[in-house]
Amino acid sequence: MISFTDVTKVYPGGTTAVGGLSLTAPTGKITVLVGPSGCGKTTSLRMINRMIEPTSGTIEIDGRDTSTLNPNELRRGIGYVIQSGGLFPHRTILDNIATVPLLLGWDKAKARTRAHELLERVGLDPILGKRYPNQLSGGQQQRVGVARALAADPPVMLMDEPFSAVDPVVREQLQDEFLRLQGELDKTIVFVTHDIDEAMKLGDQVAVLRVGGILAQLATPAKLLADPHDDFVADFLGRDRGYRGLAFAEAPELPLRDEPVVLLGSTVAQAAEIAAGDQWVLVVDDARAPLGWAEPDRLSGLIDRDHLHRGGTVARVGGSLRAALDAALSAPSRRGVLVDEDGRLVGTVRAQDVLSAIERRPAGAVA
Amino acid sequence: MKWFLGHLDQVWQLMLNHAVLALIPLVVGLLLAIPLGWLATRYRVLYSPLIAGTGLLYTIPSLALFILMPLVLGTGILDPVNVVVALTIYTIALLVRTVADGLGSVPDDVVQAATAMGIGRGRRFWSVELPLAVPVIAAGLRVAAVSNVSIVSVAALLGIPQLGSLFTDGFARNFLDPIAVGILACMVLALAMDLAILWISRAATPWLRTRVAT
Repeated sequence: MISFTDVTKVYPGGTTAVGGLSLTAPTGKITVLVGPSGCGKTTSLRMINRMIEPTSGTIEIDGRDTSTLNPNELRRGIGYVIQSGGLFPHRTILDNIATVPLLLGWDKAKARTRAHELLERVGLDPILGKRYPNQLSGGQQQRVGVARALAADPPVMLMDEPFSAVDPVVREQLQDEFLRLQGELDKTIVFVTHDIDEAMKLGDQVAVLRVGGILAQLATPAKLLADPHDDFVADFLGRDRGYRGLAFAEAPELPLRDEPVVLLGSTVAQAAEIAAGDQWVLVVDDARAPLGWAEPDRLSGLIDRDHLHRGGTVARVGGSLRAALDAALSAPSRRGVLVDEDGRLVGTVRAQDVLSAIERRPAGAVA
Repeated sequence: MKWFLGHLDQVWQLMLNHAVLALIPLVVGLLLAIPLGWLATRYRVLYSPLIAGTGLLYTIPSLALFILMPLVLGTGILDPVNVVVALTIYTIALLVRTVADGLGSVPDDVVQAATAMGIGRGRRFWSVELPLAVPVIAAGLRVAAVSNVSIVSVAALLGIPQLGSLFTDGFARNFLDPIAVGILACMVLALAMDLAILWISRAATPWLRTRVAT
């Protein structure tokens, strides 16, 4: 557990970066600090490992006041990931990852084995271990940054906008893998971002900071969306709060309907017969994974992938109400496709059924 | 050509002297410029005075410096130490800025990351900052090496034997051959030192010659 007690940071010019911050980052959870430029989120993060010394107040990690510890020893026990990766350009990937274990006096063979293990753990080919950072893509470098931070298995991780320098597709992958890793590792993580969507996606709790390092609200993402404390928080969260809040609401048992399906490669005549008068028919592959919707009246010959309407999103059974509603709203047939964990079709759901499930939730409910 | 073949041994000996007189100051100057350059980057207030101050040293005419040295050091006028010390001063003049710029060229996020991992200041300097500054420092070192080779020859006016002696000798006797040989030998020596530094720098920076990912 990391706790800030009335922490301030005033710079020599008189600028207050952080003004009396008190908050707790619970053990094994992700606490996200989010806010506009100048809200002191990075300063707050760097005060934890004493890259910046607080002007007043105390920061404790598991009850130990960090100001009483040797800064270098403190830092070796805290993983740190930054935006650009911050990899050492003159060291190979393996040597980069092994940095902290070697500093801690592990023997070389053990540090190397550990580095190899982490390379695989973050989803990189071991062959990359002998390369230098400039031979890797931005996304790969960022994974190495995470691996390096995890190398000595620190209980605490600090992450400063680690995914903001990569393109949106890679960012989403990195976020998903980060959540998967955290599911296995249960680190105490403080994560800084300016991206509210990232904060909502990753945070177990989210601290919204305003300029001058004042805590505006600290709550779970669902609670923030449902009940922002003031206008600043509401504005910062942005529009569509009601809809986005559904992302944190697990869908109850929804009334699923059986959906007639056509195998990819069937004739249009077969498809029209199965559609039985309906404009749209769902096309699946051999494993019953939904591929898209086809409109038999407009097609001829065999149904191939190019014929499919791909606008519909797919939701998982037991996923969020937002995903289920979005599946229904985005499908050209207005029938939202639900799949099981292996991606196989289970059935379809209507928007009105999802809406009535939402209506049935107790008023003001927060997941 | 005939003169050259007849004086191979002498030319070789002068070239060795020349190389030693140019090399020792280069090495000593580099070793002194590293801490000075570090000070200039570590304490911003010191940057301008250090760079301007050491830069000024280079404007002192070499002949004057060679003659001043015995007065300052208490050495004899013919002592090669005068040349070594004077050239060390020139090397420092050229290299302090280079070292400071080289250390300044190390990406800030890399330094931050090193600090955040608990690498102390001293270890960080030797294991991260200095290795990353090698390409810039090597570039300055190449300039200093060539400059030293050229300035050493001036010491011939004081009677300290090296390739410059061929010039004074040639002028005195109004004989062009030794002068031409001296110029060529100086060029060969400068080129050899330049290539040596280039080679060492490349060997010390394997990460710069890797295929960059696209």
